[in-house]
Amino acid sequence: MSDALPIEVTSPMPLLELRGIRKEFPGVKALDDVSFAVYPGEVHMLLGENGAGKSSLMKVLCGAYRADAGEFFYKGENVAISSTADAQKLGIAVIFQEFSLVPYLDIAQNIFLGREPGGRVPGTIDRRKILADAKRVLDTIGFDIDPSTIVDKLGVAQQQMVEIAKAISQDARILVMDEPTAALSDRETELLFALIARLKADGVAIVYISHRMAEVFAIGDRITVLRDGRRIDGVRPADVTPDQLVRMMVGRNVDMTYPRHFADKPGEVLLEVKGLTAPTGISDINIEVRRGEIVGLCGLVGSGRSEVARAIFGADPVTSGEIIFDGKTISGEPDLAARRGIALIPESRKSEGLALLRTVSDNLVVSTLRKLFPSGLFDQRSAQRTADGLIRQLRIATPSPRQTVGLLSGGNQQKVVIGKWLAAGSKLFIFDEPTRGIDIGAKSEIFALIDRLVAEGAAALMISSEQIEICHVCDRAYVMREGRIAGHLTRNELTEENIVRLGMHHA
Amino acid sequence: MTDITKEAIMPPRSFLSQDAIQVFYRLLAALLICAVLAVLSDSFLSLGNILNVLRQASLTFFIASGLTLVVLTAGLDLSVGANVALSACIAGTVIHKTGSPALGILTGLACGGLVGLLNGIMVTALRIPSFIATYGMLWVLNGLTYWYMAGETLHGFPAGFRQIGSGYLFGLPIPVYLLLVFLGIGTLFAQRTIWGQEIYAIGANPVAARLSGIPVARRLLLVYAVSGIMAGLASIIFLSRLNSAEADIGESLTLPAIAAVLIGGTSLFGGVGTVFGTFIGALILTLVLNGMNLLSVSANWQPLVTGIIVILAVWLDMKTRRRTQ
Repeated sequence: MSDALPIEVTSPMPLLELRGIRKEFPGVKALDDVSFAVYPGEVHMLLGENGAGKSSLMKVLCGAYRADAGEFFYKGENVAISSTADAQKLGIAVIFQEFSLVPYLDIAQNIFLGREPGGRVPGTIDRRKILADAKRVLDTIGFDIDPSTIVDKLGVAQQQMVEIAKAISQDARILVMDEPTAALSDRETELLFALIARLKADGVAIVYISHRMAEVFAIGDRITVLRDGRRIDGVRPADVTPDQLVRMMVGRNVDMTYPRHFADKPGEVLLEVKGLTAPTGISDINIEVRRGEIVGLCGLVGSGRSEVARAIFGADPVTSGEIIFDGKTISGEPDLAARRGIALIPESRKSEGLALLRTVSDNLVVSTLRKLFPSGLFDQRSAQRTADGLIRQLRIATPSPRQTVGLLSGGNQQKVVIGKWLAAGSKLFIFDEPTRGIDIGAKSEIFALIDRLVAEGAAALMISSEQIEICHVCDRAYVMREGRIAGHLTRNELTEENIVRLGMHHA
Repeated sequence: MTDITKEAIMPPRSFLSQDAIQVFYRLLAALLICAVLAVLSDSFLSLGNILNVLRQASLTFFIASGLTLVVLTAGLDLSVGANVALSACIAGTVIHKTGSPALGILTGLACGGLVGLLNGIMVTALRIPSFIATYGMLWVLNGLTYWYMAGETLHGFPAGFRQIGSGYLFGLPIPVYLLLVFLGIGTLFAQRTIWGQEIYAIGANPVAARLSGIPVARRLLLVYAVSGIMAGLASIIFLSRLNSAEADIGESLTLPAIAAVLIGGTSLFGGVGTVFGTFIGALILTLVLNGMNLLSVSANWQPLVTGIIVILAVWLDMKTRRRTQ
C-alpha cells in the first residue's frame, strides 16, 4: 500500500475511486455508468442540474444507497460500500444541507453522539473528557466556541462547523458537502473556504456539490459534470469557462443573462407599505410596488427580508404601519391577503409551499378552490383539467397531474408553487428566494415566467440572495439592513457592488 | 415478494388513488373475515345477524366519522366518548322534562356541537395541542356529567323516540339507514366539497395550507364542531336504543372509535384517509366482536384482539403506502 505518498505529486493514487456505478429506480436511471475519483488534498466540485445524479452519487458514496453495479477502490484496493457503516469505516463523511444535529444537546454532545466517553460509573458520561475532546476537535478546524453551547442557539454557519467538527472527530478523510454555502452569508462563506483550505492541507479529500459558478472557480481543483445520471466530463477550472460548464450541465446553450422586457413607464401603484413595524424584528418599512414592475428586496440573510414578505402577506402579526393594496388598506390572515390578490412563494418550498405527499393537481388548485368551485362542491376531474392546463402552461415535468408532488425535481416543485397562484389570478407575487436549489435551465424559465406575469399587469416583489439575479431582472430594488430599509436602488444604480455596500453592517 | 406479484396486486396508479387502493385492501380484509366467519359459524350469514352487525357498527361509525375529519387535520379528539355521555344525559333530561323528543334531539346535537366548538377554540385560538385540549375536555365533561346526574339513571323514553335506535323500516334497522345517510354525507363532505379538500390540505401541511390562503383556524373550528355534533348524534342513538342514560356510558366509546379510524386507514399524521375507510374500520371491529360471540369466545379477549388488529392494520398500511411511493 502506498500510504506514504506525498500529497503534492500530480497524480498520486486516488483516495477513493468509483468505477462504472449504476443505480436505478423504477423508471429512472439515477446513475448510469458513472466513474469518479477523488485525490487526497483536493476539492472536487460536483456539478449538474437538479436531477443530474449528484444526490444519488453522494448517497452511494456514503452508503445510504447501494449501487446496482460498479466497483469502489480505496487507495487502490477493491472495497465494498453497502452500508453507511462501511462508508464511515473508510472515513467518508457527508455534510447534508439539512443538518443531522440534535438541537437541544450541546456542541460536545453532538460531536460525540453515540460515542461518548464513559464515566467512572457505568452508563454515565465523562463530562470533563467530552468537553476537552470537543474543544480539541473544534481547535483543529479553527472554530473558537464554547463546546457546551446548545446547538439550537447556533446560526446555520456555526451548526455547519459543528457538523464538520463531528466528521473530523470521526477521522473523516473524504468529506462530501452538499451546497454548503447555500444558507451562508458572504463572510461565513469566506470562513468556510478558509476551513476547506486547511482541511486540504491536511490531506482531506473534499467532494463539493455546488450550484454557484463563482465558487466552482474560487475553490475547485477539479470539476466533474453530471447530466441525466451520466458523467459528462471531468475538467480543471483553468481549462474551462463558466459558459462552457453551463453548456456541459444543460447540454444546450443557456443564456446566463435572463430575459426581461422592461416597461417604458411604470404602471399604477399596486402595493404601498408605510412605516411597517413587526415583532419579528422589522421596523419602519416603506415600500412601493407598481404594476408591471419587478422590485427587488435584497440584503444579507437575516436582514429581515422574509419578515417583510410575511408581514405583507399577513403570515406574521404587525405592530404598526399600514399596508395599502390596490387602493385599500389591508390587514389580517393570509387567506384575506390571498383573496385580495397577493401571492407568497415562500423561501422553503418543501416545508411552507407544498403538501409534499399530495398530488400535483391537489397542490395546484389549493389556492383557487373557491374560485373554481363557487358552489362549494369539488370535482376532481375539473380540478385535474385546471391542473393539466397549468402543467402545460408552465411546462411542469410530471408524468401526470396525479403524481405525488414530492417526487418532482426542485424546479418543477417551484413551478407548482407559482402555478397555484397563477390559477388564483393573483396580482402581486412575492417571491422569497425563488431560485434556491433550482438548476440553471429552470431558473431561466422561472424568470421568463415572472417577466410575462408583470408584462400582463401583475407586479412582483422579489427577495434573492443572488445579487446578480436581482441586477438582471429587477426594475429597482430596496436593500435591507438589520430590519430596516437601508436604501433604494434605481435600475441604473442596480449593481452588485451597490447592493453589497448598502447591505453591509457598519459596526 | 417478487416484483411480478407486486405488480399483479397493485392496481395501476393512473386508475386508482392511494386512498382508493387502501379502501380496496380493507374491503378485502372485511370480506375475508366474513368468509372465515361464514365457514366457522352457521348463524353468521343469517339476515338477522348481518343486520345486527350493521346496527352495532353504526354507533361506532357515527362517533368515528366525525373523529376521522379531526384526525385528517392531524388532530385528535379524545373527548368524543365523554361528549356522548353528557349529550345523552342532557338530551334525556330535556325529553323527560318537556316530553318532546324533537327538542331533546336538538339539545343533544347542540350540546355535542358546543363541546366540539370549545375544543376547536382551544386548538386554534389558544393553540393547545388537540391531544391535550381534548384530553382535558374529557375530564371536564366527565366531571360535569357525574355532577349533573348525581348517580341517577334516566330511564323510559317515549316509544316514538325509541324507534330511532331500535325500530325497523322495510325490514332494516333505522340506525342502518342513518349509517348509510351519514356515510354518504361524510364521504361527500370529505371528497366532494372544497372544505373537504382544505381539510386534507391542512392535514398534509398546515403551514403550507395557511400560506396558500386557506383559513386554517376556521376550518379547524368546523372540524371539531362536526366531531362534536356527530358525538351528539351518537348520544341520541345510544339513548333511544338503551332507553336509559347514565353518567358513565361514554367511557367505552372513545377508544373503539379511534380504533375504527386507525383500522380504516386514516393516518394520525394527517392528510391521509377516508370516511369510507373508517366505516370499514368500524365494520371490521364489529365483525370480529360478533364472530367471537358466535364462536362463544369469551368477551374478555376482545380488547386484545382489537389491539392486534389496530397494530396490524397500521403496519400493513405503512408497508403498502411506502411501496407505492
